[in-house]
Amino acid sequence: MTRSTGTKATRVMGIAVIAAMAWLALFALVLSPADVNQGESVRLLYIHVPTIWVAYLSFIVTAVSSGLYLFTKKHSLGWDRLAGASAEFGVLFVGLTLIVGAMWGRLTWGVFWQWDARLTTTAMLFVTYIGYLAVRRLGGTHQQRAKRSAVLGMLSVLLIPLVHWSVVIWRSLHQTASVLDTDGDIAMDDMMLFTLFVGVVAFTLLYAWLVIHRTRVMAMEDMVEDSALETALAERRAEGVAR
Amino acid sequence: MSTWRTAWLIAKKDLRIERRSRIITNQVVPFAGVTMIIFGFALDANTDVLELVAPGLVWLATMFSLLLLVQRTFSLESEDGALDAMRVAGVDARAIFLGKAIGLTVQLLALEVLLLFAAVILYGETIRLDGAVLLVTTLLSATCGLAAVGTLYGGLAVGNSGRETLLPLLTLPAVAPVLIGATRAVESALGTGVAELSDGWQWVSLLTVFAVAFGVGGSLAFGPLIDE
Repeated sequence: MTRSTGTKATRVMGIAVIAAMAWLALFALVLSPADVNQGESVRLLYIHVPTIWVAYLSFIVTAVSSGLYLFTKKHSLGWDRLAGASAEFGVLFVGLTLIVGAMWGRLTWGVFWQWDARLTTTAMLFVTYIGYLAVRRLGGTHQQRAKRSAVLGMLSVLLIPLVHWSVVIWRSLHQTASVLDTDGDIAMDDMMLFTLFVGVVAFTLLYAWLVIHRTRVMAMEDMVEDSALETALAERRAEGVAR
Repeated sequence: MSTWRTAWLIAKKDLRIERRSRIITNQVVPFAGVTMIIFGFALDANTDVLELVAPGLVWLATMFSLLLLVQRTFSLESEDGALDAMRVAGVDARAIFLGKAIGLTVQLLALEVLLLFAAVILYGETIRLDGAVLLVTTLLSATCGLAAVGTLYGGLAVGNSGRETLLPLLTLPAVAPVLIGATRAVESALGTGVAELSDGWQWVSLLTVFAVAFGVGGSLAFGPLIDE
């Protein structure tokens, strides 16, 4: 039985993550220029954009692996753990996106929050997947957990477009005259664009590294639970023999 | 027995139990009424504001009551392991889902009519005749969606300890599109604020798609969700 979630591959990956993050810090904080309109606050976007990209990626991974669990004959728990691990980091990164976005909004728009379609959908995405994670912790056997959460993972895929559709028409009907440009369409210079690209690469690597480790930890947790049951059974049997 | 026939029997059974136990008339309806009154307190009994936000408050009160109704309808099933017994007896999970959802729809519709009257009386809302068709369609489509979501997550959150608190967390984000859509559609039907009657119909299409999606998705997902 392995005693660590690290392998040679993940160690190399971990070093790559550290290097990529240092690279991102260098570009985001030192080399890239301040924005003409947004000033220094533009540097927040180098976290904001990569985190939301990773969040979307992780929810797609959750949905796909939920589907793979449900619709493959083997019903492999590996897919379930991947779905769960991915959703955990999805929630983490959406949370980060919302926090960083609120800070950026305060500096640029003057408010922490705008009831804009994209923001509202993102907030709903956040709470929906918190619910998903809560369901994962309901207990039962591993297969029960896997089936329940896979179904819920698929239902969330159904829900998110409906939420998005409703907020889009809601906001388009009730668009208040706003001096703030919430499009986020900013003409960027090449250095900024490149920094964003570095951010996306760094955070994607970080996500992959985290998910691999988390999936392995989950597999170990499952093994511990199983072995605890076997130990308890063996003890009861031993009591029977002793009597 | 066909799925629909079984569903109908389950719905009839639920409604009969509710008629006899009077839990809904004695507890849920008064709760909804209290909610409408405390909304008045929260908004400082400002009739201009209340009239403007009345449709939203009606739907909020409906959703809070939905949580109670779902808990109630599934506590009936978890007592004495009735749900497990039905499954063991070979009752189709889709039929259970549809039956519970139909029962909930009927209860919710009755509640919504009462809440609308409360809005007329307490908040000075007026119901227009030319918006009646839109109003009725909205109530029907929104309620089907609410009942489907409530039944789906109710089945998951039923029974074991620690699960009841999960119900609002799962249900409220899922019914957010209904809250938005139904509120705007009722605003159009009642002519609240600047809402136009013609604006309402695009919301009804959203509500209908939502109800169909969760009706179909729910009846497929219900079996795996309640199997223990």
